[in-house]
Amino acid sequence: MKVALFIPCYVDQFYPKAAIATLELLEKFGLDVSYPKNQTCCGQPMANSGFEHLTKGCNSLFVENFSGYDYVVCPSGSCVMHIKDHLHIEENEEAAQDIRNKVYELTEFLVDVLKIEKLEASFPYKVGLHQSCHGQRGLKLSQMTELVAEPFSKPGHLLSMVKGLELVELDRKDECCGFGGTFCVTEEAVSVKMGKDRVLDHERNGAEYITAGDLSCLMHMEGILKRRGSKVKIIHIAEILNHHLS
Amino acid sequence: MKVQDHAQAAAQFIKDEERTDWHDETLWFVRKKRDLAAHGIPEWEQLREWASQIKDHTLSNLSHYLESFEQKAIANGIRVHWAADGEEHNRIVHQIIADHDLKRIVKSKSMLTEECHLNEYLIQKGISVVDTDLGERIVQLRKEAPSHIVLPAIHLKKQDVSDTFHDFLDTEKGNNDPQYLTEAARQHLRDYFIASELAITGVNFAIAETGGFVVCTNEGNADMGAHKADVHIACMGIEKIIPKAEHLGVFLRLLARSATGQPVTTYSSHFHRPREGQEMHLVIVDNGRTRQLGRADFRNSLKCIRCAACFNTCPVYRRSGGHSYHTAVAGPIGSILNPNLDMKANADLPFASTLCGSCSNVCPVKIDIHEQLYKWRQVIVQAGYAPVSKKLGMEGMAAVLSSPALYHFSGKMGRTTLKYAPFLVNNGFNPWYKQRDMPAPPAESFGEWYQKNRS
Repeated sequence: MKVALFIPCYVDQFYPKAAIATLELLEKFGLDVSYPKNQTCCGQPMANSGFEHLTKGCNSLFVENFSGYDYVVCPSGSCVMHIKDHLHIEENEEAAQDIRNKVYELTEFLVDVLKIEKLEASFPYKVGLHQSCHGQRGLKLSQMTELVAEPFSKPGHLLSMVKGLELVELDRKDECCGFGGTFCVTEEAVSVKMGKDRVLDHERNGAEYITAGDLSCLMHMEGILKRRGSKVKIIHIAEILNHHLS
Repeated sequence: MKVQDHAQAAAQFIKDEERTDWHDETLWFVRKKRDLAAHGIPEWEQLREWASQIKDHTLSNLSHYLESFEQKAIANGIRVHWAADGEEHNRIVHQIIADHDLKRIVKSKSMLTEECHLNEYLIQKGISVVDTDLGERIVQLRKEAPSHIVLPAIHLKKQDVSDTFHDFLDTEKGNNDPQYLTEAARQHLRDYFIASELAITGVNFAIAETGGFVVCTNEGNADMGAHKADVHIACMGIEKIIPKAEHLGVFLRLLARSATGQPVTTYSSHFHRPREGQEMHLVIVDNGRTRQLGRADFRNSLKCIRCAACFNTCPVYRRSGGHSYHTAVAGPIGSILNPNLDMKANADLPFASTLCGSCSNVCPVKIDIHEQLYKWRQVIVQAGYAPVSKKLGMEGMAAVLSSPALYHFSGKMGRTTLKYAPFLVNNGFNPWYKQRDMPAPPAESFGEWYQKNRS
């Protein structure tokens, strides 16, 4: 199974550890994983700001980099959702369509494609799971509290296989953290207030770590935690799933 | 006239953090009540689907249903008026008032009359209207606009109401007891109900097959006003039509549960014809709705039944208050309706969202609100209403991200800057840094690591 690793631009630049964990985790399952080196960004920052018409360059580059694989896997629900919903190329729509069908967020790939039921991981800490909105409501990685429907959680399922990990209950299970792409600077006051409230929910309920499938949410919350001098740390879910007691 | 955009007004609102927390918690409580009510009905998602389909069908056959509604209403003895826009709506209402030379006018909640600025129009003509919904009366006394379409005074605390009533209704200063204050409002409003000569109400549902309409309130104020008055004027947007009375079995079950978590509104009053000696008028208003109907991406926003569930669930609304949306209908639904009314003045609203999608999930008629917010952003930028600085920034970003070489170079520069000259980034000009730290720059990017370790 040939898998291409799609690493979001800000993860590449600021959180290489999460990308390394994703790669190592996939390799553990015996997959042929490669990282197309000319990849940059999915184009979401422009598109969500109303400039989707400026994403043509990103789209062509994306298709160039990611064609010809069985799967494209990415440790970010938000970037995957953007590709699924908005990757179009006029002159090569077939190739774009092919990638839209093959792109997976990491936890859904592990649960739905690899059908993982066992993990050799341990992480003996109290962990709060932050549901990123694009992962949860966009890709339906977990059931949403608004709907009258059976509960499930793909990231929750994976975390339940990690030895020693205690998942904390949150007061608001799936409220947005307020990152929102360029929203985090154009609506700075609301964005920060939302982030503060989210972080407090995890702190109040005893989390030592906040994890998520999206580092954009985590980067925003980390910025707030650090500024507040909080002891709570952030960690990408791939790092937990790839974590061993040494 | 708009003074501040959403981001500025929201920043102002949040300065009082304690009040912001209270506003957030209060509306979250309403959201939780809604969840409880929805989970009490196993067929909830089926109801939403039915409601959505009925509304879709109606919007696709709107002219047909409007005409058959008009015929039936006229046959019932209701006088029907058509208004192309808010101005014409106001003129029609004023004309009816002037024809009868009536002075004592009460109005129950109607977001349409807020949208058309009816009160302001009538004041200019020397006519004052008393709003009889408790929340609306409170904001009217304070010369404020409603901040929420179901809970118009939700931005105010007990003590604010106490101060307002002390100023206008002569209640005891500092008495914040809700029962005392409500009783004062009852006595005050009762005088107006008893004396009412003309009543203006909104319309929640207009039924094409019967020519009747339904008005939902929790206070019974629409009924008290309309039952006493010699003239009843009901105002509705063209999208309020539903084909059959039996469809109320879907909508009335959804409306109050979505709005407040109640099984049904306390009063769901069915008006079919004027009582003997009374005149009943119905003003049917377009005001941009047919234009919205013609926008393929946005037409289904007209399915809205004004329950405000999207307000209560919206994490941005809860922390910025209704007034920051500077329009009659705030919240997520307002942000997809208002750009149709005035794209330039409301260009900020579709950006007042993180696109979290919770609004679409609570919507009882399944409007894809967050997807329409995304689409409005594209339309607004294409129409040239994005700030120039943003446009330049986005063009620069697109150029870097379209080129692997430029991207790798900029990434390295950025990380180097953060490492050796953090003061260039960590300062007051960077809105990220104001209340958040920047991520610590790693020694190498993943791309660089991969080059060394895997290839």
